[in-house]
Amino acid sequence: MSEAKQYKYIGTRSIRPDGYDKVTGRANYGADMSLPGMIWGKILRSPHAHAKIKSIDTTKAEALAGVLAVASYADFPSVADEVVASGEGSSNLLDLANNILAKDKVLYHGHAILAIGARTAAIAEQALGLVEIEYEVLKPVLDVNDAMAADAPVLHENMFTQGLAETPTKASNIAARQEFKMGDIEVGFAEADIIVERDFYTPTVHQGYIEPHACTASYDQDGQSMVWCSTQGHFDVRTSTAKLLNLNLNRLKVIASEIGGGFGGKTTVYLEPVALILSRKSGRPVKMIMDRDDVFKASGPGSATRNWVKIGAKKDGTITAMQALLHYEAGAFKGSPVMMGCMTAFTPYAVPNMYVEGYDVVVNKPKVAAYRAPGAPQAEYAAEMVVNEIADKLGIDPIDLRLKNAAKEGTQTIYGPKLKAVGLVECLEAAKNSPHYQAALKENQGRGVAAGFWFNVGGQSSVTLNMNPDGTGTIVEGSPDIGGSRASMQLMAAEELGMPAENLKPIIGDTENVAFSAGTGGSRTTFATGMAVIEAAQDVVRQLKERSAAVWNLTADQIEYQEGETFSGDNRMTVAEICAGAERTGGQITGRGNINARGAGPSFAVHLCDVEVDRDTGKVDVLRYTAVQDAGKAIHPSYVEGQLQGGAAQGIGWALNEEYVYSADGHMENAGFLDYRIPLASDLPMIDAIIVEVPNPFHPFGVRGVGESGIIPPLAATAYAVSQAIGLPITDLPCSPPNVLKVIQDNA
Amino acid sequence: MPVVEYKVPENIDAAVSMLSNTQLSTKVMAGGTDLIIQSRAQSSDPLVVVDVKHIDSMMAAVIVDGGLNLGPSMSCAQFTARHDIKAIYPGLVEAAYLIGSTQVQGRSSIGGNLCNASPAADTIPALIANGAECVIQGPQGERIVAAEDFVTGVGQNCMAQGELLTRIQIAAPQANTSDAYLRFIPRTEMDIAVAGAAVSVTLDADGTCTAARVSIGAVATTALLVPDAAKALIGTKLDEAALAAAAAAATAASKPISDRRGTVEFRRHVVGVLTRRAAVIAAERAKEK
Repeated sequence: MSEAKQYKYIGTRSIRPDGYDKVTGRANYGADMSLPGMIWGKILRSPHAHAKIKSIDTTKAEALAGVLAVASYADFPSVADEVVASGEGSSNLLDLANNILAKDKVLYHGHAILAIGARTAAIAEQALGLVEIEYEVLKPVLDVNDAMAADAPVLHENMFTQGLAETPTKASNIAARQEFKMGDIEVGFAEADIIVERDFYTPTVHQGYIEPHACTASYDQDGQSMVWCSTQGHFDVRTSTAKLLNLNLNRLKVIASEIGGGFGGKTTVYLEPVALILSRKSGRPVKMIMDRDDVFKASGPGSATRNWVKIGAKKDGTITAMQALLHYEAGAFKGSPVMMGCMTAFTPYAVPNMYVEGYDVVVNKPKVAAYRAPGAPQAEYAAEMVVNEIADKLGIDPIDLRLKNAAKEGTQTIYGPKLKAVGLVECLEAAKNSPHYQAALKENQGRGVAAGFWFNVGGQSSVTLNMNPDGTGTIVEGSPDIGGSRASMQLMAAEELGMPAENLKPIIGDTENVAFSAGTGGSRTTFATGMAVIEAAQDVVRQLKERSAAVWNLTADQIEYQEGETFSGDNRMTVAEICAGAERTGGQITGRGNINARGAGPSFAVHLCDVEVDRDTGKVDVLRYTAVQDAGKAIHPSYVEGQLQGGAAQGIGWALNEEYVYSADGHMENAGFLDYRIPLASDLPMIDAIIVEVPNPFHPFGVRGVGESGIIPPLAATAYAVSQAIGLPITDLPCSPPNVLKVIQDNA
Repeated sequence: MPVVEYKVPENIDAAVSMLSNTQLSTKVMAGGTDLIIQSRAQSSDPLVVVDVKHIDSMMAAVIVDGGLNLGPSMSCAQFTARHDIKAIYPGLVEAAYLIGSTQVQGRSSIGGNLCNASPAADTIPALIANGAECVIQGPQGERIVAAEDFVTGVGQNCMAQGELLTRIQIAAPQANTSDAYLRFIPRTEMDIAVAGAAVSVTLDADGTCTAARVSIGAVATTALLVPDAAKALIGTKLDEAALAAAAAAATAASKPISDRRGTVEFRRHVVGVLTRRAAVIAAERAKEK
């Protein structure tokens, strides 16, 4: 192998271009847009987890002074039974409409029923109180076990399980069954000296983004409409909203505001179509904002799951067979990420015999949305816990066991392709050699190790790079920046053009001033939009050469370009000189990059977690944490480290305290950050981030997406550390004090 | 809750007069950390708010003859910065330091914590363990109520309309007396007690406990004084058996509910653990005095 390429700009820790505005409060987020004549929209939400809507009477509400419009399901034009791509998943349009404004049944506590637009938020709120609704309350189902029971109340009379050998004739809460297999697990288990199997539970969790959903929408008399919103993908908002409201794409402009976190939860629409309906009916711009209660109850959390895993291994640690049965809650409408769980559960391992079966199950909870590596943390949690238990029972170091079975280039995956170059072995070695792994533990302390795999995606990205007459440039991209991607785009363009990063300003264009770009999800932006930026920069270089050739009476192939200058023989011109003279050589210069990026490189992660457990109270303190991950090439190391640390923090929260708490009648009881306990800064140690760089051969700089893999290992790393500290198996999350104390007391 | 009148008295008598001479509902406001949040959710009855922050005695703390005279509205931030108070009542200061966040402590007060009467209030068990008395002034004059009798139910206290909590007083502790307060939360801060325990102990020269008061919080509708837990400690050198008996007494006295913050079983167990641990800390502090 050749020496790693030396770069001038990428790999540096430049100041992020959006930093000052965010620190000083100038940045405009979803709720920050106001327009002349604007009114406020508020949503009436279901007080029941499961009920038929028998009648709705809005007479009194509409009579209230200041009420200007009411929106309900009936205001959607006839919606097709059609699937639209949206962020990291896809949505059936009928379900999407039905989730945004319930048709004839409410399916979860907080399900939107109708919206009222009024002069002030207070009037809209008051009007909601005047709406009269008659319900027939039904029994809710709140867990996959209950939902799959033969006598379970059925959420959707027209839903029949897909993926069975025979098409069922009876409606069911099981939306779909999937299976993936390779080799023969019976043969594999027969070869095993040890077999471990366990059942695991993970609760419903929320992404916990700090900024609630918010939008301002305007439907103008000429049929042109605009939505300003906080989203991970404004082109996806445009697609979904235009489909729901039967608009041509050129009639709907969507502007992405700055975004205060998404983690997958802002890849679909809730408020935007409703605000446009209210705007159309009132003739006024409409602002809608969710409060925190709404966000918890009625946005898209991550699936609760019940998963079973069975793994067999030989005495020397060779894993011979891996099997899993996964049940994922989809929430009120089909479409959990169980397929991702099936595909990722065992992918860190090169094992010939695997079988995974997955069920997508509807329950009376909000429809799940993507959450950072959607579907992977739950399945890989179960798999990694059992792998650790096997290592313990065989007396083999858990990292050595993983190294013995690690997936590498050429490993066959259960979902089809063989892996290309990947960095799992390098991550495992880095973890093993870390000071953390050498450190000794004391009484009541335990250490957990876990690996994580996520595919990452590519997809469509569009970039225009407009050069200015002074030689600076503006990078117009279509991928909302959640994690510092503008800084990365700037660095990649700077590297390609050989000019200082601060001379290139990255901005997120709206849906009218840049071509279609898929949303920021699947850890795709630095990879795919980065490739579009590189292509646009190369297009600029090509034109700079052409312009220079024209000035020097040469042909473009006779011109070299380096470090912001063209040259040929003794001729030299800077970019600034070429751009200043552009009006005489054919007009201004714009570079374009329109790609459908292939070859996204998977990112493997390996985490180490040390905890101490208070045996008298069950409280877990995280003492030390190390996150190792393959970034391919870290364009901006600070933001790569930030992704590793952020993923770890969210995963630790998932492992320790986060869960939706429901009453027996299906009411969410902890819809706020006081009782839905994400980790505080003081709850976590400094998370050590170790970046491994095994280049992705399909990206010019070797980039792999890094946003998601980091949330996968913490569940098992933390929970297994707890089980080591107390000397007892842990199967159910969260490892909250009451749950851990119960495990201790039940085994006392 | 529409505030129809906002009044700012400059002395206790004026405040009591404002609270008494109205037909409307009244609320006393100091920092407003509970009142402002509650006002979003509660009824639409018109309300008179009497802001007592401009009454000097409500905002001051004085050590008198080795005991404490505390203005109920003094901010927790000012209170916890007082090293002279912390030297005498470290447990009470710790309890005040646990309320909300640094920002909230700039507004919140011990009197507010007491009057708000949350079952999970952190300072109430510490006040009870220290034998604090609540001085209440009303149109008919002054009366004194023990801290353990002040709170009468969830969100309810013993004061009638027109009355104002004007002072919290704690007598000078005997020699070799100290206190401690511990609460259990699943995280490290910014949370509400799942259970709490405050213990005050007095030791004699050879380390035998001669007096004790134990109070537990968040495990009943009000913070409770637990005489049986104190009895278990008195006359012992806080040995293992005594601590176990005190813990058992606290568990036995608790009457918690299961909710999103904890189950009955968990709270009953943990309040015993906290009682034992608080007793050990209080005794260590008492020995150093």
